[in-house]
Amino acid sequence: MYDINRPESAVTQKDIKIQARKVQVYYGDKHALKDVDVDILDKTVTAFIGPSGCGKSTFLRCINRMNDTIPIARVEGEILLDGEDVYDRRVDPVQLRAKVGMVFQKPNPFPKSIYDNVAYGPRIHGLARNRAELDAIVERALRGAALWNEVKDRLQEPGTGLSGGQQQRLCIARAVATSPEVLLMDEPCSALDPIATAQVEELIEELRSQFSVVIVTHSMQQAARVSQKTAFFHLGNLVEYGDTDDIFTKPKDSRTEAYISGRIG
Amino acid sequence: MPLSWALFASFLLAAAGYIVGRSRAFASAGPDVRKLHSRPTYHGYSVALTALLPALAVMAAGSILRLSGVLTVEAMPVAGVVALIAAIAGLGLGVMRIGQEYQARNVVERMVLGLLMLCSLIAIVTTAGIVLSLVFETGHFFQLYDWKTFFFGTEWTPRFQGNSQLGIVPLLWGTLYVSAIALLVAVPIGLFAAVYMSEYASRRVRGFVKPAIEVLAGIPTIVYGLFALITVGPLLRDYFAQLLGLGNSGTSVLTAGLVMGIMLIPFVSSLSDDIINAVPQSLRDGALGLGSTPSETVRQVVLPAALPGIVGAVLLAASRAIGETMIVVLGAGASAQMSLNPLEAMTTITVKIVSQLTGDSDFNSPETLVAFALGLTLFVITLALNVVALYIVRKYREQYE
Repeated sequence: MYDINRPESAVTQKDIKIQARKVQVYYGDKHALKDVDVDILDKTVTAFIGPSGCGKSTFLRCINRMNDTIPIARVEGEILLDGEDVYDRRVDPVQLRAKVGMVFQKPNPFPKSIYDNVAYGPRIHGLARNRAELDAIVERALRGAALWNEVKDRLQEPGTGLSGGQQQRLCIARAVATSPEVLLMDEPCSALDPIATAQVEELIEELRSQFSVVIVTHSMQQAARVSQKTAFFHLGNLVEYGDTDDIFTKPKDSRTEAYISGRIG
Repeated sequence: MPLSWALFASFLLAAAGYIVGRSRAFASAGPDVRKLHSRPTYHGYSVALTALLPALAVMAAGSILRLSGVLTVEAMPVAGVVALIAAIAGLGLGVMRIGQEYQARNVVERMVLGLLMLCSLIAIVTTAGIVLSLVFETGHFFQLYDWKTFFFGTEWTPRFQGNSQLGIVPLLWGTLYVSAIALLVAVPIGLFAAVYMSEYASRRVRGFVKPAIEVLAGIPTIVYGLFALITVGPLLRDYFAQLLGLGNSGTSVLTAGLVMGIMLIPFVSSLSDDIINAVPQSLRDGALGLGSTPSETVRQVVLPAALPGIVGAVLLAASRAIGETMIVVLGAGASAQMSLNPLEAMTTITVKIVSQLTGDSDFNSPETLVAFALGLTLFVITLALNVVALYIVRKYREQYE
């Protein structure tokens, strides 16, 4: 009801952060991902669900071109980030990944101190001009990842000494410190216990206010809890994409219904 | 009966014991083999070992008693006969024990454990023996020669007629100088080659490059020495030493150091490559996912994580460099002098150990015994190096894992 009068097209253009069209991925001869079309919105949590091997992680890794590190992987189609194709020849994957952060399945803190872990991204991208600015970035990132109070007195201790849940939040802080525009999360809670999972989920909800979050998850409850949009992948196809509530209450495709009711996958 | 015959006979008896034990076990089991506590093979092993071990123990005891002078050479055949009797007795006992209830498997397991412990004991006792003999001869040397002159003397001029100057300092200087040059060559080249192989090279290239580098490790050091003497030495003399006015020597520290460095490249690269490969892929993904370039990833994440292992590899290469002899003899020459000029001939501790022991002088003269003091010093240096390596490795482990 507070809608300002804006043309319909302008609204959608502003809100779509990532636009994927006819994305195909091949691993050698294997056609791993077929004809994926999806629009990922800004300041929204989008969940990718589906059985193992359905291509959801593969698609996630296309968005920041992490598939480049796999020699046999080949990507076709276009993925537009703010209207610019990330697979364009002029796009440097290094710069792209500074804009599209990633959190992995297993917590992977670097063998450095907690401080240096968070400061890693800002340092390589030259985001701080002096020590005070870097300190501020590190503190803001750690606060953003709800970890500051637990580690503020031991920033110089190794990041690998933290508990699993703390390590994963450290990795989120590390990604947030680079001030990305999109945060990709590849099953970020699969190695965590329920309490740590709840903390990370709460964090995802807060992060949504700053940027768009894409999360791959095996847990449908988690997808329902944290996301506003859900995409269901099956055997390399994007079967259904829509509002999370709709996907879980009135799925249009029979395969989606079978999956969310536990009959396939 | 000589001991060698007794040894051979005991082995034959053991082999026979295995066959007899196995068939006896089958016989005692009757129609159902599952009634046996242990499988027949274990009964066979148990009989063979009860025959062999007492005989070996008797022979070992006999040899030790002879070496310490309690027994004479004439008593050895008697020891052989005793050993054989022990073997036969053991065989008899082993065969008698066979039955459905006999726990041959557990007995064999215990004997295997004993054998493994014995082998590690032999390694330790031998090391201790080597050190003790070095210490003993070194003590002898210091009775004949002043230790202060040895450790702090800067003159190395052994004379056969006595009254030599035997200061270790020039030799130590040569050793450290050559080793330092060798490591300066080997560590960067080896490490960068390892980084290329593990981080950048495709599987096909790596499959070719890695074995090709490891060929270097298979070249005998004397061949490296020839290479130093014939090719590198004259090359350095003609194109560097003479042009720069730094000397006119065909053999030099730089020659030996360069060639030794080439020899060490495969040690550093092969070990570092394995260590870098052991760094989890998730760390690389993490760094790349934050927008690091491949070289930033290597420099700031992969190498720090692999550092303890790399330090270990470098120190291993260092102890090889310090102990190397042939390349130095042919490449660096044999004149003991202290100089900063890398194009001058110098020599190392190992080379002088060889030349002091291969002379004609009396074995009890300080000129010969100094070799043991040199050897002990070398041993202490490499030991210290290993201790430091362990300390560094452990410290980084605490910090990073």
